[in-house]
Amino acid sequence: MSDRVDRRLAHESVAARPHFAAAVVLGVASAAIVVAQAALLAHIISAAAIRHAGLSALGGSLVALAAVLAARALLQGGFELSGRLAATRVMAVLRDRLARHLLLERPGLRPAERTGELAAAAVQGVDSLESYFAGYLPAIVLATAVPVAVLAWIVPIDWVCALILAITVPILIAFMIIIGLGAQSRTRSRWQALSLLSSHFLDVVRGLETLRAHRRERAQAQTLARVGERYREETMSTLRLAFMSSLVLELCAMVGTALVAATIGVQLTGGHLTLDAGLTVLLLAPELYSPLRQVGQQFHASADGLAAAARLLEVLGEPGTVPSPSAPRPAGDPRVSPISLESVSHAYPGRPREVLSDVSLTIAPGELVAITGRSGAGKSTLAALLLRLADPVAGRIRCGEIDLRDVDPAAWRERIAWVPQRATLFAGSIAENIALAQPGAAPARIARAAASAGLSEIVAALPDGLETVIGEGGRQLSAGQGQRVALARAFLSDAPLVVLDEPTANLDADTAAVIAGAIERLARGRTTVLITHDLRLAARAGRIVELRDGRIVSNLAACVGAPLAVAA
Amino acid sequence: MSAATAAVIRAARLQRGEGRRLVLSIALAFGTVVAATGLLTTSGYLISRAAQRPDILELTAAITAAQAFGLARAPLRYAERLVSHDLALRILARLRAGFYAVLAPLGPGSLGEHRRGELLSRFVADVDALQDLYLRALAPPCVAALVIVSAGVAAWTALPLAALVIAGSLAVAAVAVPLVTGALAGAAGRRQAPARAALATELVEALDGGVELAVAGRGPERVQRLRALSGRLTWVARRDAVAGAAATTLSSLLTGGAVVLVLLVGIPAVHSGALAGVLLAAIVFLVMGAFEGLQPLPAAARTLRGCAQAAERLEELGSLQPAIVDPPAPVPLPATGSLALHAVAFSYDRAAPLLDSMSFEFEPGCRVAVTGPSGAGKTTLARLLVRFLDPVRGAVTLGRVDLRELAADDVRGAVVLIAQDAHVFASSIRQNLLLARHGATEEELWAALQAVQLDGFVRALPDGLDTLAGEDGKLLSGGQRQRLTIARALVSDARWLVLDEPTAHLDVDTATELMRAVDAAAGDRGLIVISHRPEGLEDFDRLALAPA
Repeated sequence: MSDRVDRRLAHESVAARPHFAAAVVLGVASAAIVVAQAALLAHIISAAAIRHAGLSALGGSLVALAAVLAARALLQGGFELSGRLAATRVMAVLRDRLARHLLLERPGLRPAERTGELAAAAVQGVDSLESYFAGYLPAIVLATAVPVAVLAWIVPIDWVCALILAITVPILIAFMIIIGLGAQSRTRSRWQALSLLSSHFLDVVRGLETLRAHRRERAQAQTLARVGERYREETMSTLRLAFMSSLVLELCAMVGTALVAATIGVQLTGGHLTLDAGLTVLLLAPELYSPLRQVGQQFHASADGLAAAARLLEVLGEPGTVPSPSAPRPAGDPRVSPISLESVSHAYPGRPREVLSDVSLTIAPGELVAITGRSGAGKSTLAALLLRLADPVAGRIRCGEIDLRDVDPAAWRERIAWVPQRATLFAGSIAENIALAQPGAAPARIARAAASAGLSEIVAALPDGLETVIGEGGRQLSAGQGQRVALARAFLSDAPLVVLDEPTANLDADTAAVIAGAIERLARGRTTVLITHDLRLAARAGRIVELRDGRIVSNLAACVGAPLAVAA
Repeated sequence: MSAATAAVIRAARLQRGEGRRLVLSIALAFGTVVAATGLLTTSGYLISRAAQRPDILELTAAITAAQAFGLARAPLRYAERLVSHDLALRILARLRAGFYAVLAPLGPGSLGEHRRGELLSRFVADVDALQDLYLRALAPPCVAALVIVSAGVAAWTALPLAALVIAGSLAVAAVAVPLVTGALAGAAGRRQAPARAALATELVEALDGGVELAVAGRGPERVQRLRALSGRLTWVARRDAVAGAAATTLSSLLTGGAVVLVLLVGIPAVHSGALAGVLLAAIVFLVMGAFEGLQPLPAAARTLRGCAQAAERLEELGSLQPAIVDPPAPVPLPATGSLALHAVAFSYDRAAPLLDSMSFEFEPGCRVAVTGPSGAGKTTLARLLVRFLDPVRGAVTLGRVDLRELAADDVRGAVVLIAQDAHVFASSIRQNLLLARHGATEEELWAALQAVQLDGFVRALPDGLDTLAGEDGKLLSGGQRQRLTIARALVSDARWLVLDEPTAHLDVDTATELMRAVDAAAGDRGLIVISHRPEGLEDFDRLALAPA
């Protein structure tokens, strides 16, 4: 899986490309430096050991060695710098695309998309991407460049040693692949047990109140110890096998080095090799294995590291965006034109089941229509289509003669005031929150909208009135108060179409009654679509449309005491 | 730091029983470094000696040693990994059981209402973090110290001056590198944290309110704001990347510097005859190998800091007093009588009393609906009835005995509370029900499920009652979860069942049906239902709470 993700990363983010190139350049330079370091060190040691050369005779070589060692240190720093910069850049690009995707192209999250998870991936994800760019990527480059350079240098010196190394390398690579292939099962065995344990502990801790209510809280301490012991035994038996592959890998590298040492020793005693050459080969042997072993070690870290990016790419890849037409027509005006759904069907991408099937409905200008039905009947989908958060897969929605698809989505949404099931309160003052769709609205108008939504008393009790800061880091409003802010937003806007999605679902009966009254006032003179499963609220509408399994099963003028006869 | 040190020491004490395994894992880690260094060093000697073209037999010992070191390293590493993972799991089990025992007596009154969920997740993460204390924070410095001393001793036999240089440079690197990288990482964390927090907050808001922003036409502006915040974070992160790369370069330079220093000392020594020429390669390779033994140190310093913070937070939790304690000599539970509130007052903070001089009698077999707007203290009332909280004034009595004179477990045996957010454990449906009464029979479980209309659903599950409910009750919908917790109340043998908002997730018809069925199943037991919805509670007595 990680392979697919890295290709997509390389493919999708142009930002990372210079860093892939930098990694290659640094890798080639590193390979050259590795060889130079070994040759210089071998030269200095052999000259001193055999010819008893002093510091003065070796001064030049020592300076060169120091320079090479410094260069190697700089290259290591370079790898890290380039890798971390790449992670930062790629993340910035992904964040930007995520924001545009979820705010402009297909606003709102799907049920499987959790705010916290996505925010964490977009913000903290950079840490884990670093392990890919600054760990795995350099390891891969070095594992390619270094063995080639080392073997190329050794072959002319001593072909026997080169052969030994050349034979062990493929064996090592084979084991690396085995580790790679077994990675899933291995990481599973290792981490699944740990995370199972961890979630069991979290489960118990979260359920502490429930355990207490049933007098079981003390007994759980022993259960925890017992479960821990059982998982330890199970995990260890899988780990004994899982660590085998890296045992063989390391054994191979070490035996290779020892064999090379012995071979050089024998050749030296036979006089076929100089000490200088022998030491060079000996120093290069571990350098050849080291990056190969690194790849194995970095593999897991990078697989975890790519998870965050993979999640973001997955969300970005979700279809269902609402395209802007190339030659948009002006949006229809619900004040004068009816809104008509004509055989509308809708299904969410990747799910075959239709959420709405062949729905036809005309909403007259100024009408208050309630859409009811059990949860899952397709009510919210209908709202989403009206807001043009998605386009129907079949049929069309028109305002007057104009198909919504031919209108710029932003221009159409300007004509709509929207009251969701649970209003989001943004950090800022209450006034700013009310003026969400009309920043810069006159304070007097905002105060009037607040009053219409029944916020006056609440606001009057606050120290700074409408200027009180709410949301993250500010005063927390209750669900009912938040709902009134959302209604005030709608009152402030003069949008001709109001869409309300379960505006009273999370409220207690008294608050719901107050909100219902405000909704009636809000609906005056505007086309209003009220989605609710609360029949008492629906009864206030001029017409009640009931959905069941995505189809309209009834479409009736409200019979009981419709307090509003709203027709333009 | 002293508080942190004390906290770490206390956390370390919890892990003390595993001392022998810890020593073994340190010894194996040290052995791994010795084998790798030994292979290089003996090979260096072997080759230098071979260049003098001695009789091949003279080399046998060195060849054998090189091969022994070469063969030993991988098995040592394998053994070390097994021992350390085994140890980590053992330590974790001890830590969890140990800290759970600290947490268990702390009820809602001790932990406070705010951010309770966050606190618990934090608690779990902190306990998990401490498992690394020994293995990843305290063991690496021990291994490093052993490496420094033994490298010094080995070099001393060849050339005392070289021994000083080797031990000295290793010691400097062992201290300097973790300090510098730690300081840089700390500074980076401090710089990045506000930028990250600002971006995360804005992002959460934008994702939560995406549709509202889009409909209000504020999407493009929000994208711009996010881009600016993201840019600021990127800028800070870039500076930190430069600092981090500088630290990496520094640590690598120290290794290179040590090699050059050893050569500067060794070459004149060979020249003057103080050091045998054949040993020069060996001591150079010795220093190169020994530096590998220091590699885990920067990470160890980081882990130690993380553990210290975790231990300190856990220490704070450990210092909390349980709000509810059993009396020294509990009165036996009265076999009969009512559950009653006598002029009960309660407040979480003194400024705003939540309940004030409230009196009410819940008779055996009563049917009472507790109503009132949100914030009126309905849930608090429920908690007082099962003694999760004690009243500030007045008393709650059972059979005329103050709950404070009874053992809390006896109270909760007689009055069972099903909270609105009652937990469904990841274990099987059966286990979840048996929680309420261990001896319940199969028939009793099915009867309870039938009363909450969950029997059909459970029968259709692949393993029936033994199907796992999954993490956080994922198998079940919100309404099903609630019904399962109500079934729990029916399984229990409590005399009063207190249900907090049992129909919150249900539509009107289902709610009405459910309440009728529960009413019937509760039989002669008292049923106290807290609800802001009237459905199915028409025949119940009312206890209406006024708004706060």
